[in-house]
Amino acid sequence: MKKLIFQLLSICFFAPLAAAQDDLLSLLGEEEPVTEYATAAFKTDRVINLHSIESTAGRVLDVKISHRFGFVNGGFSELFGLDAASIRIGGDYGITNRLTVGIGRSSYEKTYDGFLKYKFLRQSSGAKTMPVTAAVFAGMAIKTTPWANPDRENYFSSRLYYTFQMVLGRKFSDRFSMQLSPTVVHRNLVRTKSESNDVLALGAAVRQKLTKRISINAEYIYVLPNQLADGYRNSLSIGFDIETGGHVFQLHFTNSTSMIEKGFITETVGDWANGGVHFGFNVSRVFTVKW
Amino acid sequence: MKKSMFSLIALVFALNGLHAQKYFTREGKISFHSSAVVEKIEAHNTSATSVVDTETGNLEFAVLIKAFQFEKALMQEHFNENYLESDKFPKATFKGALVNKADVNFAKDGTYKAKVKGNMTLHGVTNLVETTAVFVVKSSVISTSSEFSIAVADYKIEIPSLVKDNIAKEVQVVVKADLQQLKS
Repeated sequence: MKKLIFQLLSICFFAPLAAAQDDLLSLLGEEEPVTEYATAAFKTDRVINLHSIESTAGRVLDVKISHRFGFVNGGFSELFGLDAASIRIGGDYGITNRLTVGIGRSSYEKTYDGFLKYKFLRQSSGAKTMPVTAAVFAGMAIKTTPWANPDRENYFSSRLYYTFQMVLGRKFSDRFSMQLSPTVVHRNLVRTKSESNDVLALGAAVRQKLTKRISINAEYIYVLPNQLADGYRNSLSIGFDIETGGHVFQLHFTNSTSMIEKGFITETVGDWANGGVHFGFNVSRVFTVKW
Repeated sequence: MKKSMFSLIALVFALNGLHAQKYFTREGKISFHSSAVVEKIEAHNTSATSVVDTETGNLEFAVLIKAFQFEKALMQEHFNENYLESDKFPKATFKGALVNKADVNFAKDGTYKAKVKGNMTLHGVTNLVETTAVFVVKSSVISTSSEFSIAVADYKIEIPSLVKDNIAKEVQVVVKADLQQLKS
């Protein structure tokens, strides 16, 4: 009996001491789980040509200047493509953290483009769990080069191209991210009957971080068969993202000349097998816009 | 005999009850700022948890790194991705105690200056931090505030040479918390 009481007493004395020395914060009990959203699956809102699952942050303007030099197989006389350049100057603006608008102008076919992109699912863990991030994208392009056949009746609508895309992706680890983008490109005017006005394609992209500020990116766009004329190929691009404070430099090799959807999905002619690739870069600089 | 034993046990329990003078918050405010040549950096967190044991003078703080809010979204992304690596080290904690416990009477309303010493863990690195804090006791609410600076390098937070002019080597930390009595 006495022993029992002694034990009881010692528990009473020492238990609180032990607790006091342990973890004061544990007294608050289990933490309420918070929802943690995955961030920075890709460094910018583009993988290379394809839109990534990232949006431009709200009230942030991302100015993008992109270059594709000529084909590397132009040889020495073309300095391996460096003599020629195709340029797109554009800007993406985050209206909110989920809604981005963008405009741009490409030297390739003197094309103006604009898009809207809305992120409707965000990958998260904790209180709310969501395995993927998903966004919808709608873009439009206006080709302003002179008509190919000025003699016939030409309609303004023939200059227009539309792209609808869904971007579905996941940041698998702090280093590895992957995404898929089912896409349809609508062309109001095509050259021959054998070409489809609506082109279905599936894009896939990955990024692997090499260091904190450098990652390697790759993307491939598979165009479903029998939609394009002979000679058009699937777009394949490989490159690096290098981040320095407010800038992201994307250096890459790609067989696509155009930097907008209707171009790099349906009008890619370069052939990787015989050096039909461009060296290119995108420079992205963000500005926080206050009003 | 048995009676005395019983009263002893009762006394022990009662004493423990008195010992349990703990105050807490889940809405502590922690902010930091640094002004380097090129860029001013500032971030706020309003969800720090803290428990202060007024009996022993021990106190603890914990804060989620991802809950720091910056004015610039890109800064916040870099803070989490490149500097604090918040996926790997989601929390910062402080475990310490009042050095001059005797000078602070938590049972009586008033303003007290205190010295606090303890271990701060940030980015997976633990360092000893000594600072002064002010405790204001008013109708069973303890308000505490403290300011101190930490060296970024002490916590193995690497600043690449390219942006070394944008980020100060020393960061000012401001802590403010209103603690309520913890009823167990």
